[in-house]
Amino acid sequence: MEFQTVYPGPWVDIDKSELLTNNVGEWRYRSPELEKSKCSHCGQCYLYCPTGCIEDKDTYFDANLAFCKGCGVCAKVCPVEAIRMTTGGK
Amino acid sequence: MGAIAEGEIKVLSGNQSTAEAVVLCQPDVVAAYPITPQSEVVEELSKFHAEGALQAELVEVESEHSAMSVLIGASSSGGRTFSATSSHGLLYMFEAYFYASTLRLPIVMAHVCRELAAPNTVLCSQQDILTMRDAGWIQIHCASCQEILDSIIMAYRLAEDPSILLPVNICYDGHYLSHLSARVEVPNQADVLTFLPQKKLRECRLDPDKPMMQAPFLGGKLFTEYRYKHCSAMQNALQKIDYIDGEFQKSFGRSYGGLIEEYRTEDAEIVLVALGSAASTAKAVIDVKRNEGMKVGLIRIRSFRPFPSDRLEKAIRGKKAIGVIDRDVCFGWNTGIVFLELRALLTRLGISMPLVNFIAGLSGADITVNHIGRAIDTTQKAALNKPHQEVTWLDLE
Repeated sequence: MEFQTVYPGPWVDIDKSELLTNNVGEWRYRSPELEKSKCSHCGQCYLYCPTGCIEDKDTYFDANLAFCKGCGVCAKVCPVEAIRMTTGGK
Repeated sequence: MGAIAEGEIKVLSGNQSTAEAVVLCQPDVVAAYPITPQSEVVEELSKFHAEGALQAELVEVESEHSAMSVLIGASSSGGRTFSATSSHGLLYMFEAYFYASTLRLPIVMAHVCRELAAPNTVLCSQQDILTMRDAGWIQIHCASCQEILDSIIMAYRLAEDPSILLPVNICYDGHYLSHLSARVEVPNQADVLTFLPQKKLRECRLDPDKPMMQAPFLGGKLFTEYRYKHCSAMQNALQKIDYIDGEFQKSFGRSYGGLIEEYRTEDAEIVLVALGSAASTAKAVIDVKRNEGMKVGLIRIRSFRPFPSDRLEKAIRGKKAIGVIDRDVCFGWNTGIVFLELRALLTRLGISMPLVNFIAGLSGADITVNHIGRAIDTTQKAALNKPHQEVTWLDLE
């Protein structure tokens, strides 16, 4: 019999990331598209994102699309309208 | 092999025997919520803690669900843990109870067998713990105060064995054993520590220096792998329970037969099967029946989970009939639970022999000498292929 793990029970090494998360980015049907020049680096999207997928890129914030489910909260809270939800993209 | 260790002789109830054993095993964390007839365990442990004899972290919890949840955390971080419960406490604990076994945590818990309501009751039966037979815990049933104390010590050695890593219930009948005072030999601390495995951190643990994730969301194949390994560990326990019983005998001079205890079965034509305190009464009745010339023996199942198929096969092969005493019922089959297990075993072995069931001792009803005498007589009738009932509710006839 072939086993996938050496452990007796459901314990996973933290660096074996393939077991830690599902590819939730695949659930997305629309994506946040950032207009970098407009971003004021205020951090509202970072604070409000329900999945915590917004990353600080020093001069702007952007969504990590591996985890973004495309809910649109970031676009809604952005005070300078730098984020637009689009379909058909990545 | 060294000399057999001697202990201190005390008069202890079943519950006190549990508490004495827990002190000797030096758990790191204890969490238990009092419930009749287990309360004395919590009282005694609190007393030992206040006196300094129990050095564990004693967590005061607001429920059995919390008690088991505390132990899941403590055991996950590598601690040796203990709890005790009974009846509705066990039911209230159930969600965390299943979690503990499937996380493969070597928790030890005393279980004092008590009937389940309704109607309201605090008296004995094994309905509560036998209902939990498919929750992945090892389940050992005791028949004396000394056996309770010794079994708890053996339970830590079993649970923490790297080939097992499963939680263990040490079960004993409420009131009949929990409140029975008897002569108990309490081993010395040093001898117990020599017998037990040294405490060491398990590979799977919650540790900031070696981060692991516990119970990730999983589907399908890998989930099935964990269930397979859990079932395999249960099978490993079959050999291990007998082995540890032998090791315990070498160290302390006492043995309980491991998975099952047999009494006068060798030349027996019919055998009774029972769990817990009723087996002690049955031995006395068997002696009387033997004097009358009836070839009857007794099998007391100690390990109900894992179910001791191979040991039972050796004990029952060649017999003419089996009578099973159930202190519980199986709703939907109109039989007892232990009876169904024996029926499954006979089918697996391809053995065709009369198997009869006796339901008795529900909600504190005594299982008397008269009851067991009738059970033996009916089993004898079955062995002779005379007309008999498959299931007899002894208190209703």
